[in-house]
Amino acid sequence: MAAPMTAHTRNAEALGERGSRSLRRRGGLGERTVEIAIQLVALVSIAAILLILVFVGKEALPLLTSAEVHKEVTPLGMLAPIQRSGESLYMWQPVSDVAKYNVIPLIVGSVKVTLVALVFAVPLSVAAALFVSEYASERVRELAKPAIELLAGVPSVVVGFFALVALASWIQAVFGTEHRLNALVAGLGLGFAICPIVFTVAEDALRAVPRSYREAALAMGSTRAQSVLRVVLPAAAPGIAAAVVLGFGRAIGETMIVVMASGNAALLDASLGRSTRTITATIAQELGEVVVGSPHYDVLFALGAMLFTATFVVNFFGERVVDGMRRRLGAGS
Amino acid sequence: MRFVFPLVLTFVVTLAGCARTEHAPAGGGDGGPAAGESQTLTLKGSDTMVILGQRWAEAYMKATPDVTIQVTGGGSGTGIAALINGTTDICESSRPMKDKERDEVQAKRGAPAVETKVALDALAVYVSASNPLTEISIPALRGVYLGDTKGWKAIGGPDHAIVLYGRENNSGTYGYFKEHVLENKDFAAAVQTLAGTAAVVSAIKGDPFGIGYGGIAYLEGIRALKVKKDDASPAVAPSLQTAQDGSYPIARFLYFYTAGAPTGLGKRFVDWVQSQAGQGVIEQVGYYPLPKG
Repeated sequence: MAAPMTAHTRNAEALGERGSRSLRRRGGLGERTVEIAIQLVALVSIAAILLILVFVGKEALPLLTSAEVHKEVTPLGMLAPIQRSGESLYMWQPVSDVAKYNVIPLIVGSVKVTLVALVFAVPLSVAAALFVSEYASERVRELAKPAIELLAGVPSVVVGFFALVALASWIQAVFGTEHRLNALVAGLGLGFAICPIVFTVAEDALRAVPRSYREAALAMGSTRAQSVLRVVLPAAAPGIAAAVVLGFGRAIGETMIVVMASGNAALLDASLGRSTRTITATIAQELGEVVVGSPHYDVLFALGAMLFTATFVVNFFGERVVDGMRRRLGAGS
Repeated sequence: MRFVFPLVLTFVVTLAGCARTEHAPAGGGDGGPAAGESQTLTLKGSDTMVILGQRWAEAYMKATPDVTIQVTGGGSGTGIAALINGTTDICESSRPMKDKERDEVQAKRGAPAVETKVALDALAVYVSASNPLTEISIPALRGVYLGDTKGWKAIGGPDHAIVLYGRENNSGTYGYFKEHVLENKDFAAAVQTLAGTAAVVSAIKGDPFGIGYGGIAYLEGIRALKVKKDDASPAVAPSLQTAQDGSYPIARFLYFYTAGAPTGLGKRFVDWVQSQAGQGVIEQVGYYPLPKG
């Protein structure tokens, strides 16, 4: 390895002496190597994502195609209620003499917990971002921003443990919830986990609003609060929307916190004080020891594919909306 | 960046999965390969026993380095099917084999299924330390977990709703409880399923109206109820002694099954499991050693 490199270097020097034209060409070659390397790395990550998609899809496919699987569960059967003694029941009981794979309670659980997380985290994070970018002195800013961003480094299992042990008891003491572990506790834990993401992106968006906007608002005689709330905040709206979309994606895909803090009972209701079961928690709890290739296994992969699609769609449309807002704002100014 | 970790994980899991499927059927060699070569033994079956089997395998492999023991779960039924099909050397089962299954082993393997009791397991019914209830009958417990009994008062406890805790549905303990307490009916939807018995214990510690079940070894900071077989039977507390003499109603043996009496490495391993060294591992895992003699 060493010898060719030395020769290579000497060669380059000789070329350099000979003329700047050939040197430029050599530089171009080096550049191209780096370019190709970077492209390869990018391709590998794209390929990996595609492979994951293919893998998940492949494992879920028997649910659509296999007659063997259809004896136990059909895609439609996963949505339709189970009729029993005149009642419509939505039940998730995959390990049973008669397996019941109704995913409605799981979808509702995921959405419920994610909404709680967003309702908790978005106002808090955006307010924090507003404070740090608009009001805080440079010293406070330099302390607060990394401190909040450091929260992103707290492992979700630690957040989950905190929610399980401490938060759940406080919530029950304050609200007298029916279950100690419930959608509210899990949602707050999740909110805590997505705060740093929403904060960082929102803060960047606010800081990106040109100084001239603020100066113009103040020059027109508006107060500081008016300038912040009526000029800066709307101008940063696309970025803040992006922050919310990112937060949503993280929250609906988060697993550890909900496994630990939600109680995982597949109850179908709107109550926040009762236990709930999310899609992610179901996959995490059941995939570990499920018989590979069984209908239960296929259903779990179908849930994974569903989650993948949901985040993908939200991110995709989120991006479109954000782009649209950005263009409109750009045109307006 | 967000994709990197799931990605790495997926690959690792896939690789692990491949490795497992490649090796699992390699256990056909009942006779055992020639001495000096590295030998492989496969154990498959009960999820309740996976960890126990793994601890045994680790300890045994440490003592005899040229031996490889592979332990996989899937459930007692899966293990028995594997024994019938000849894809495992030893089947781990947390229930006795049915006559029909014994016949199939005889028919397909040409040898009778040989049962070896290897450990004892007692299931404790947990309540909070502050709960005044001291005992419960199996039918009452069934009513609670089916969701028919909603309040503690109906079974002699405080006037408050019962909060149900249980295990995720792939747990062997879940299966055992479902079979022996619920008579194979479905758990109530309101049962909160937690990952691991430790999580159940921790939840009940913080919940004065909670009820849960799991291994007796996890009992810390909470209480285990005495259990009555039915309303007329005496209430028995779970312990090494009541599990061993059979008076505790939700205690069971854990079994190894082989096609024909184990030979070679299989025999050495089964003998070791029954020896003092092997039985000593059991209590570390949370189950009980076999009664002596």
